[in-house]
Amino acid sequence: MTSAAWWRDTLPRLVLSPSFVLVLIFVYGFMAYSGWLSMTDSKMLPSNGFVGWENYERLFRLRHWNTAINNLAIFGTLYIGICTLLGLVLAIFLDQKIRGEGLIRPLMLYPMALSFIVTGTAWKWFLDPGIGIEQIVQSWGFTEFEFRWIKDRDMAIYTVVIAAVWQSSGFVMAMFLAGLRGIDGEILKAAQIDGASNIKLYRRVVIPMLRPIFLSAFVVLAHMAIKSYDLVIALTNGGPGRATELPATFMYSYTFTRNQMGVGAASAVIMLMTIAAVIVPYLYSELRSKPGERG
Amino acid sequence: MLKKLALATAIAASMGANAADQVEVLHWWTSGGEAAALNVLKDDLGGNGVTWQDMPVAGGGGEGAMTVLRARVTANNAPTAAQMLGFDIQDWGAQGAAADLNDVAAAEGWDAVVPAALQRFSKYDGKWIAAPVNVHSTNWVWANKAIFDELGLGMPLNFDQLVDALDAIQAAGYTALAHGGQAWQDATLFDSVVLATGGVDFYRKAMIDLDEAALGSDTMKMAFDRMAKLRSYVDDNFSGRDWNLASSMVINKEAGMQIMGDWAKGEFLNAGQTPGEEFLCFRFPGTAGAVTFNSDQFVMFAVGDDRQSAQGQMAKAVLSPSFQSAFNVVKGSVPARTDVSDADFDACGKKGMRDLADANMNGSLLGSMAHGHAAPAAVKNAVYDVVTAHFNGEFSSDDAVAELVAAVADAQ
Amino acid sequence: MSASTTQAVRTGRATRFVIYTVLVVFCLFYLTPLYVMAVNSLKPLDEIRGGGMLNLPLDATLAPWRSAWSEAQIGVQASGLKPYFLNSIYMVVPAVLLSTLLGALNGYVLSKYRFRGDKIIFGLMLFSCFIPFQIVLIPMAKILGILGLSGSTAGLVLVHLVYGIGFSTLFFKNYYEAFPTELIKAAQLDGASFFRIFQRILLPSSGPIIVVCVIWQFTNIWNDFLFGASFADFDSQPITVALNNLVSSSTGVKEYNVHFAGAILAALPTLVVYVVAGKYFVRGLMAGSVKG
Repeated sequence: MTSAAWWRDTLPRLVLSPSFVLVLIFVYGFMAYSGWLSMTDSKMLPSNGFVGWENYERLFRLRHWNTAINNLAIFGTLYIGICTLLGLVLAIFLDQKIRGEGLIRPLMLYPMALSFIVTGTAWKWFLDPGIGIEQIVQSWGFTEFEFRWIKDRDMAIYTVVIAAVWQSSGFVMAMFLAGLRGIDGEILKAAQIDGASNIKLYRRVVIPMLRPIFLSAFVVLAHMAIKSYDLVIALTNGGPGRATELPATFMYSYTFTRNQMGVGAASAVIMLMTIAAVIVPYLYSELRSKPGERG
Repeated sequence: MLKKLALATAIAASMGANAADQVEVLHWWTSGGEAAALNVLKDDLGGNGVTWQDMPVAGGGGEGAMTVLRARVTANNAPTAAQMLGFDIQDWGAQGAAADLNDVAAAEGWDAVVPAALQRFSKYDGKWIAAPVNVHSTNWVWANKAIFDELGLGMPLNFDQLVDALDAIQAAGYTALAHGGQAWQDATLFDSVVLATGGVDFYRKAMIDLDEAALGSDTMKMAFDRMAKLRSYVDDNFSGRDWNLASSMVINKEAGMQIMGDWAKGEFLNAGQTPGEEFLCFRFPGTAGAVTFNSDQFVMFAVGDDRQSAQGQMAKAVLSPSFQSAFNVVKGSVPARTDVSDADFDACGKKGMRDLADANMNGSLLGSMAHGHAAPAAVKNAVYDVVTAHFNGEFSSDDAVAELVAAVADAQ
Repeated sequence: MSASTTQAVRTGRATRFVIYTVLVVFCLFYLTPLYVMAVNSLKPLDEIRGGGMLNLPLDATLAPWRSAWSEAQIGVQASGLKPYFLNSIYMVVPAVLLSTLLGALNGYVLSKYRFRGDKIIFGLMLFSCFIPFQIVLIPMAKILGILGLSGSTAGLVLVHLVYGIGFSTLFFKNYYEAFPTELIKAAQLDGASFFRIFQRILLPSSGPIIVVCVIWQFTNIWNDFLFGASFADFDSQPITVALNNLVSSSTGVKEYNVHFAGAILAALPTLVVYVVAGKYFVRGLMAGSVKG
């Protein structure tokens, strides 16, 4: 092998290597470190006293953690489901040569640009029965109207879903819209000449073609659902009681405010494993396909 | 990369320039009156040539700041001083990260003027590591005087009288008790109720010594029953409400009273009200003579030799009578030393200072569980879990007692 | 791939009515929180206390905006958000540029060169998007301390760069995947070097995906609070930390009007980016980034 050829082969790897090393240390190294911490008696700061599975046992004894897991199941399912459905419907509607599309699109996208430190207060007001939507609708004369989910132990988690959907459904819409615009118009024309109705056309032809976007949307949404932290803190701070605790808020509070870093690390490990269980099969199916086959 | 390095060196250079005369202070007093009050300290130090580098991180009663502190200490970049509460101070002392202030303390005679109950937190292993800024007391009731006058109510002296008063207020169509449903607020109520129900010794046994028998006792069950009773006077809309909004309900004559620490006074004063004229302050019925407290302190961290003199000056300034008076007049709390003149304080403040001095003499100055001065963070939060779940109707009082015993045992 | 609408679908009058109604209703849904923030930021505090959060201000005032920008107490300084705005810019600009550049290079390598383990490397980079940031705080602090970067803007740039690699690589890889490999091969035969191909062939056609990547990174980094609070110093705290300090003080009167004004001010750069570049954003997504 000539030195030029060697160089041509090596250079790409060389270019990639700094990023790879960074990711290896700062992501996988830190994950491993969390794994180690979860086996130690760390309290306020990391410590190296090995205690085996004790933190995990403690974790699964906590009612609180069960609540967090249940909430994640409810929240994750509804959030991903509603965002996907809403994003798809809005994208299809917006794709019908709508007047003012240029105005509507940024309107639906902007929530993604705001952090919940910013919008949390507005949402809290809006959902508060005393000054928010309940009071407003009542002042319109519908005195029977009630909307006090945020104050209700069993319903509060759904208000978190509403705010989360508000934040990211526009983004999902943009993804679907991009997909729709990428579909070849000829295929649709052909289908319509065959006499397919609009609904049938979308169900049979268009939506199946958007399959890769469903997958991408799922990954983006799943990662946001699992990381949801600011949202809960700003909206309910885990309340009423501890009814809206999610794994991310649980982990933060055990690691940093309750001085039980070991338990916090154990919950982080469980969280990572949950993420892996969802994402790895997706990655695997994606990466198995040969180059050129994708799209 | 080059640019980044250049930037880093530039920053390092600018920091090295005159580090000797600087104090970097991590705190969560970020806005309004309390930040302005802290300015008094900054100017004080500025007069002595010490520059104040401000490092505020607000949120959750210092939770954000404590997380940041951990990152800073881990990175070997500890601030000169950090605001802290209760057991956190001791935890940092145990990490060996704190400075030794014994020289300043000896020169200023802190041992003689700071109440022993505070020293228990400010000293670790016989060493002064923190300078207390104030003492808040948490067993206060704030009441709307107009409502009390209208209904001919006097100051309730025990729990039954409190219930009578609450009944009367509710019957008159007001919200009887203004309360915000957040774990720490529920726990603040719980502090007072436990103290009123079981008395000073019981409180100390249950909340400070974490004695299993006391935690599981019938007295504790009665305390939970009383919590449930109080819950029945709170409006349905209470969940998640900030404490200051609860205060404004009292201010605006929508609610009869609020049970809250002395920082609530600031809200009333800001609304242009005067103690004794538009609002009343009294101790939670049945807790007169005792004070549950929490105290903000500045913990000093070990710094290089070149920075120690500035650090010492700051510690000295924090406990100087002039700053103690100026700061606490604004903050609603009372000075952390017992020899400060009460001339500048209002009626509630004067009463607070008297109560503190008395409680200090009688041994009834008790750390507040809700505010991290009775037990370490893990236990405190375990108590929060049970109290707030019970207050929100998840547990009966019997279950709550059993859960409390188990949760406290599990958290230790 | 053109940006024309699908067009094939013909819709009746009634259907169009339904479509417009639904769109308008949802626009209101998306707009309401911003509207609430905007109108209340213009009201004096007394008016807010009076309730009616949807009402237009009776006595509109710009004082809350002035206060939030340059007068409000943030810690002991009555400086408003102004100084922190610059801190954020100093952090965001290099972090976004560097992570976009790295992402582009990585995407180029991973889509156009084959070598052992390339897919695993991509998989590892992609999965790194999912790490919960709370668990990296302590070990990251340790490493920044060792590197001497703790409390500096440079340190923050590094942190954001590291955790931005995953998404930016994903964006560029998928985009370049659709780019004809034959062109690259031909250029190689002509003796063009690795970087020359990148610079002359790939970069000029990367406009849409650069927009997507920049928007994504800019939004995430600008809005970050956790890293900013933990790894910044008194002189490098970003605006989100200052905003939080303004909004969530423990005691004292809550000046909601100032809070809302501050919130909008802090969000202005991201809002502007979304509104101005929103069109290109959809175009960029369309041009390949969301292809599975």
